[in-house]
Amino acid sequence: MTVLIDKKSKIIIQGFTGKMGTFHADEMIKYGSNVVGGVTPGKGGSKHLNLPVFNTVKDAVSETGADASILFVPPAFAADSAMEAADAGIKTCVAIVDGIPSHDMIRIKRYMRRYTKSSKMTLVGPNCAGIISPGKSMLGIMPGHIYKEGRIGIISRSGTLGYEAAQQLKNLNIGVSTSVGIGGDPINGSSFRDIIEKFETDNETDAILMIGEIGGPQEVAAGEFAKENMKKPVIAYIAGLTAPKGRVMGHAGAIVSAYGESAIEKVEILKECGITISKNPSVMGDTVKAVLEKM
Amino acid sequence: MDIHEYQAKKILSDFGVTIPRGGIVYSPENAENKAREIGGSRWVVKAQIHSGARGKAGGIIVCDSPLEVAQATDKLLGKKLVTNQTGPEGKIVNRIYIEEATDIERELYLGLVFDRSSESIMVVASTEGGMSVEEISKEKPETIIRSKIEVAVGMQSFQARELAFGLGIEPDLIRRASETIVGCYKAFSELDATMVEVNPLVISKQKQILALDCKMSFDNNAMFRRNQVSELRDKTQEDSKEVFASDRGLNYVSLDGNIGNIINGAGLAMASMDMIKLAGGSPANFLDVGGGATPEKIVKAFKLVTMDEKVKVILVNIFAGINRCDWVAEGIVEALKKIEVNVPLVIRLAGTNVEKGNQILKESKINYIEANTLEDAANKAVAALNK
Repeated sequence: MTVLIDKKSKIIIQGFTGKMGTFHADEMIKYGSNVVGGVTPGKGGSKHLNLPVFNTVKDAVSETGADASILFVPPAFAADSAMEAADAGIKTCVAIVDGIPSHDMIRIKRYMRRYTKSSKMTLVGPNCAGIISPGKSMLGIMPGHIYKEGRIGIISRSGTLGYEAAQQLKNLNIGVSTSVGIGGDPINGSSFRDIIEKFETDNETDAILMIGEIGGPQEVAAGEFAKENMKKPVIAYIAGLTAPKGRVMGHAGAIVSAYGESAIEKVEILKECGITISKNPSVMGDTVKAVLEKM
Repeated sequence: MDIHEYQAKKILSDFGVTIPRGGIVYSPENAENKAREIGGSRWVVKAQIHSGARGKAGGIIVCDSPLEVAQATDKLLGKKLVTNQTGPEGKIVNRIYIEEATDIERELYLGLVFDRSSESIMVVASTEGGMSVEEISKEKPETIIRSKIEVAVGMQSFQARELAFGLGIEPDLIRRASETIVGCYKAFSELDATMVEVNPLVISKQKQILALDCKMSFDNNAMFRRNQVSELRDKTQEDSKEVFASDRGLNYVSLDGNIGNIINGAGLAMASMDMIKLAGGSPANFLDVGGGATPEKIVKAFKLVTMDEKVKVILVNIFAGINRCDWVAEGIVEALKKIEVNVPLVIRLAGTNVEKGNQILKESKINYIEANTLEDAANKAVAALNK
């Protein structure tokens, strides 16, 4: 999806020289992503993986023309790094890191209100697998080879459940235009609605598979948006049918605390919005296929 | 992370909220002395457990003499209290809070939570204190007033005033009520809380505004910068298997069923539980070993799941990405050398190098049932149960 990343996206790694940053930068380069350098404060001027290291994101942007970044910094410093990226003019930033305090996420989002819609960075994550446009670019930590090139957009909170979906589609010979992991935290950079809106205008995408779970209002908000504004079909699966109320199921955001937040309630509301429901997680691919055959 | 009532009260009083006089005790003798020290003629003996609805479970006893206070403390200490929030196993009472009794004129409700829609802090108040917020929303929704607080600038006096007037508080007490509400807000925002609840917030006959019962929860992700709060953790109030898991970096939730799960990723774990249910089974736990599913984590996960006596079948479902299936398979084989598994084991691997992974499992001669898809895995786990 060219609105998020494409073959030409110039990527920098924030937290480049650390273990995680190094490993995944290497994976991304092997996949064909256009990684142009990285940032580690204090190590500016050196080389890492044969690429330049900068002290600040601003330096990296002015030297390389970078427009995308991915964060591999510890949770305590992640909010600062995300705001630094926004300020330096990065257009798409993925925060992989799990464990950013909710109060920090709110702070990032308030900070970003200073930008106009056209100059605002799209933050994806935290606690997510990132973005992949198969055959073009990967700004994430997913296994690139399980994604076949194609025309289905995937949005998922969960990383591994998103992989499961990509694999099911591939087994049915259906490909993916872009897959976006929005992460499992209660407050995230981009919501289902934010990404679904981007898919609606993306001319490489024909239909969207949304993989949600219990907790929070985002799946329903996306459903209502789709009902009012979308022409492309949306297919959804909601995980957590068996999750008990009031307990956090792994993801910090996966907790049922209000009406409309359980899996059953979300499914009912999404159906009313005209969204096709994948009745269980092993038929996500089949459900997409059935919808495509009707188009 | 949850804390006890008395700990929440101490925090809120540091932020300017008035609380009744009281103290924590660990023995009946202690309790009797504490009652005398507090003074007055009536006391409330309150069992400290991480749960609401303690009153209905017999965890709150009003006493008219220090001797009665000692007797009530003796009765509650070491007891397991079962409330509608603890589950049937209940929670152990190790600490007792002794408090002076309050002459109540009005009971109000005050709660602060994150509002995920507006991504701000929401203050919820009602004139119907003493009921749970769920009960209030169901039975008296018209009494609920809300105020959304912009976190970048914090709570303003007028917002607190509007809430106080909205609760029908008399003019002479508005200022004190506003200070109380702002105090709760500050405690929430300055300590990385996720929930503050004062229920009831009372107006006493002596015209004091008092936090009679309080609850606070905190963001686990922020505990690295909140040492004073994280020290308040009381592991005796948590499920022992969940403590074992969280100390080892695993996400675990204990459930009622008998199919134990070892899965990587929270979403895939929830999805696998759903499949078990659709296949007619019931999960014994939620367990996410993390996206990476390292061999060390898999060993720990087997240890944890085999600790649970309810477990009659174990289902392993790993979608390997960067961590390849062959590596995960080696981890499983290693784990089974260290940990004895006496129940049927269903393993489903998917993703990178799946053929190689399955081959390693086959050649290892471990006793297991191979599954290929999510559905296949759930069906085989339920079938193994019924054998």
